[in-house]
Amino acid sequence: MSLLKYESQIREPLVDGNKDYHQVTEDIIRPIEMKPSRLWYIGFYISVALLLFGVYSVYREVTYGIGQWNLNKTIGWGWDITNFVWWVGIGHAGTLISAILLLFRQGWRTGVNRAAEAMTIFAVMCAGQFPIWHMGRVWMAFFVLPYPNSRGPLWVNFNSPLLWDVFAISTYFTVSLLFWYSGLLPDLATVRDRAKTKLRKLLYGVASFGWTGSTKHWQRHESLSLVLAGLSTPLVLSVHTIVSFDFATSIVPGWHTTIFPPYFVAGAIFSGFAMVQTLMIILRKVFGLQDYITLGHIEAMNKVIVLTGSIVGIAYITELFIAWYGQNPYEWYAFKENRANLFSPYGWSYWLMMFCNVVSPQMFWFKKLRRNIAFTFFMSIIVNIGMWYERFVIIVTSTYRDYLPSSWSTYYSPSIWEIGFYLGTFGLFFTCFFLFSKYFPVIAVAEIKAVLKTSGENYKHKMTDIEKADAEKFYIEEVEHAH
Amino acid sequence: MAGGIKKFVVGCFEDEAVLFPAVKNVRRAGYKIHDVYTPFPVHGLDHAMGLRETSLHTAGFIYGITGTTTALTCISWIFTKDWPLNIGGKPHFALPAWIPITFELTVLFAAVGMVLTFCYLCQLSPFVKKHHFHPRATDDLFVMAIECTEKTNEAEVTAFLEKAGAIEINTQNAETGWWIGRYDKVQKLYAETEKGY
Repeated sequence: MSLLKYESQIREPLVDGNKDYHQVTEDIIRPIEMKPSRLWYIGFYISVALLLFGVYSVYREVTYGIGQWNLNKTIGWGWDITNFVWWVGIGHAGTLISAILLLFRQGWRTGVNRAAEAMTIFAVMCAGQFPIWHMGRVWMAFFVLPYPNSRGPLWVNFNSPLLWDVFAISTYFTVSLLFWYSGLLPDLATVRDRAKTKLRKLLYGVASFGWTGSTKHWQRHESLSLVLAGLSTPLVLSVHTIVSFDFATSIVPGWHTTIFPPYFVAGAIFSGFAMVQTLMIILRKVFGLQDYITLGHIEAMNKVIVLTGSIVGIAYITELFIAWYGQNPYEWYAFKENRANLFSPYGWSYWLMMFCNVVSPQMFWFKKLRRNIAFTFFMSIIVNIGMWYERFVIIVTSTYRDYLPSSWSTYYSPSIWEIGFYLGTFGLFFTCFFLFSKYFPVIAVAEIKAVLKTSGENYKHKMTDIEKADAEKFYIEEVEHAH
Repeated sequence: MAGGIKKFVVGCFEDEAVLFPAVKNVRRAGYKIHDVYTPFPVHGLDHAMGLRETSLHTAGFIYGITGTTTALTCISWIFTKDWPLNIGGKPHFALPAWIPITFELTVLFAAVGMVLTFCYLCQLSPFVKKHHFHPRATDDLFVMAIECTEKTNEAEVTAFLEKAGAIEINTQNAETGWWIGRYDKVQKLYAETEKGY
């Protein structure tokens, strides 16, 4: 028992139920080995249908041009870039869970990190679609890459935030993918070694890269995970910082704000956690993983939501205050008339954003609500709607009235193909997520095993004796000694 | 030994609390532990086995600064020598504006380089065939493989492992050499190249 690392019983167990190592493998790998349920098929087909609608919408846009969208003279970004920022933001929670919480040694991340990282990768894939297809002449997309070319060579503008974005998003995607897949290798090996059919043996054998579980490999693997986490932490902060630079380095009223980088990062984590909640609540139910994604996990994530939601709230209010305090008439007009005035054309969206992102998450100060699954699910949707509107407010309310009132745009509402494109990315996201949940272990099996003996419910009870002995020893050494 | 095929006595343990003293005793008795295969990273096992620390993170650092220098040299050459673009009359050497890309390339080089190095060192790749001593080594067993030399008495090792708490013991012949480009040749096993094995 000397190896049993001690963790106080006051801390909630991370793994419920009476588990041993084999049971953990069984619980998490079994859903992959069975035929998917009917619900899985229904969900999968709906996702594929949405994806196909998205593909058709993009086809229209590419064939007939960007005029298929209702963008107009002053609103050049509209839904498209709103969706881009929204999806990138969602991705951030996965990296936060897998990297930042690893550095902070938060044990509860083990239950949710795998699926959250998958979410990150799929969300970034969806995000990437928007700036690419927004180019209009998408066959010129490779112009964003700096390579010696026959056009001069005319290089890209390295001083432009839009190019920084290209580097940031592609690096983020690559690093997230590497981090996720290197973590998957041992678990894929577990699936391989349990496989019954030849095909499964072959496919999981290829996918697991011949992982054996050698101690030396584990040692390197640990080192790799730690350094990748250390790299991903500033990376994830840089990505949304750079996305915010797309706006903040311009001189458009409402965008020209130094507070944008931290405010965007907090918002990204806020919306990302809401999406993780949406997915996890469904996942734990469908795959029967309530013992691994416990109420404690949900509560921990709700705490992050109330924290980041409040940071976002402070940012909104600071921004509003500075717009007034700064005495720039254009800036103040954008905030006072275009946003805060409820009766202006888009005033409703500003107040909807305020309600969803600032007011509603405050409910999570109550422990009862933090631990209420139905309420959490409902709130996760509300937060995601709110965060979508945040980007919509930033983009549309800043651009629909420019400096010359005669060129103020007419009311912007998206065309069916703009909406179709957005729905299409939902299709892409959920198609990927359904396939992931069918073919990959949705929880990091090896990592759960590593915390099982300190944080598993059945092992925690064994701490009672140690705690008692410790208390007695403390009494003898400290209390009696003092007298 | 020809073809890199060696003989191993394999002992399986159910509990890491039994494994640790077993590793200690096996080493003390002078047997050569080829490797211990575990379903998850068992902290401290590398030290118990006498493995040296990995220097993968140092490699990561080197890849990282390679990325930094690549970004800075490329961008400054492009913007000051090859095609000095006049952007709003601002300086050609606009270092602050290059920091985001420099940072991203640092991270990208470090991450990609480290993962490739990791795969190379651990000999991980799709389509690689490796000997697996026990299928449950990735599930719930801790599998210790002890290498047999000419002097080793198998029966003795088996008895030793049994006493140490192994629940399953057998003898296997396995090819454990490096595979990149020289699978069939007699090669230095990586067990010999890693000091302290």
